[in-house]
Amino acid sequence: MNVWHFMFQNHIEVVDLTLEHLWLVGISILFAVAIGIPLGILITRRPVLSKPVLGAANIIQTVPSLALFGFLLPAPWIGERADRLAILALTLYSLLPVIRNTYTGIRNVDPAVVEAGRGLGLTDRQLLLKVQLPLALGVIIAGVRVATVISVGLATIAAAIGAGGLGEYIFRGLAMVNNQVILAGAIPAALLAILADVSLGWLEKRLSPG
Amino acid sequence: MMTEDHRVIEFRHVSFRLANGRELLRDLNFEIHRGETLVLLGRSGSGKTTTLKLINRLHEPTSGDVLVNGESTRQSDVIRLRRSVGYAIQDVGLFPHFTVARNIGIVPQIENWPPDRVQKRVEELLQLVGLEPQLATRYPRELSGGQRQRVGVARALAADPPILLMDEPFGALDPITRAELQREFLSLQKRLRKTIAFVTHDLHEALVLANRVALMEDGRLVTILAPDEFLKSKEPLVAKYLDAFGTQLDHRGQS
Repeated sequence: MNVWHFMFQNHIEVVDLTLEHLWLVGISILFAVAIGIPLGILITRRPVLSKPVLGAANIIQTVPSLALFGFLLPAPWIGERADRLAILALTLYSLLPVIRNTYTGIRNVDPAVVEAGRGLGLTDRQLLLKVQLPLALGVIIAGVRVATVISVGLATIAAAIGAGGLGEYIFRGLAMVNNQVILAGAIPAALLAILADVSLGWLEKRLSPG
Repeated sequence: MMTEDHRVIEFRHVSFRLANGRELLRDLNFEIHRGETLVLLGRSGSGKTTTLKLINRLHEPTSGDVLVNGESTRQSDVIRLRRSVGYAIQDVGLFPHFTVARNIGIVPQIENWPPDRVQKRVEELLQLVGLEPQLATRYPRELSGGQRQRVGVARALAADPPILLMDEPFGALDPITRAELQREFLSLQKRLRKTIAFVTHDLHEALVLANRVALMEDGRLVTILAPDEFLKSKEPLVAKYLDAFGTQLDHRGQS
């Protein structure tokens, strides 16, 4: 039985797991964006915070994913359900690219343009909303894109703690020493990653000024 | 008393240091009168641009006071101050993601003018600086250097500020466009009578545009002279400038 045959036979489960996978990644990225972009903006305004914030996000990134899932297990409320745990871990991993790109995107806006804005009497808020954020948007989206692609891959590991997603097939296949089953999880996951990369890449291009 | 009233901008013992202690300006004292074009002339690093930025408080004096309309910039509301002072810099200062119309209309817009009034003002300004009305929908990157510069000047004039700060606004242009814009600057200034501080390192530009030339060197004001006095001055640094630009000036004199 080849992998296509297997996937066809189990297409309902494949679709289910894919949707579950998408949901884990989607919610985590939403959280990462909701936390990461404001944090990134904050550290352009309070430069003393930039080192600790980026440092912390960096350290989180270096924790091996299985270990992070394990660390978070005893957390109250979060540890009660595997999907909460997975979403928290994926959010934490996604923070660094989002924060860093928001920060560098804003910092790299042509200083002459920013100074002209200041000189014309834009308030700090107007400068941010009308000038800095629009000009940094392409770079920020690029960060979200990196975070999304990484998350699609990492989310397969969430199956190890029972959070579901396409990792189910990968772990099941590993246990059964069955390559077809592994591929039935790996191929849709790879396609998801490519799809996310291409669509966010398109968005990045659309929203980049110039 | 009469002269008192004419002082729109006044520097009183102004010094400016960077946070690291480096002194950029030392004890500046001068004033700019209503309707006057004062050109700050000096080489790179002489402190001209820093001086300009003290007027709209992009920098704050370390000691001394900058007075605008008799009020110290330290006390004034910085946003109000900046919106009453037009600011034009080398073409890099245009917002690249805004059309020409939005670039020009930004200050009226943030001052909450109704949209139709902003649009009318933009049309007026395009005409004033000699740009075709259909350029309004273009982006800065689609314009030539000369056109961008005109947009920069139009943007600075948008809310009709009585004071104008110009930092090498014609610096990046080819000599022909530059001469053209200088001529237009003069005819514009004849009509608008703004109080202008203009920064350049080009002696010829200074002599053409200025009512008075303020010569700066190493963060100090060397002298302030009207252009005809400048040409006759015995000041060693002035002589150096005239010498450096000498052939060029003669050349232009003949044409």
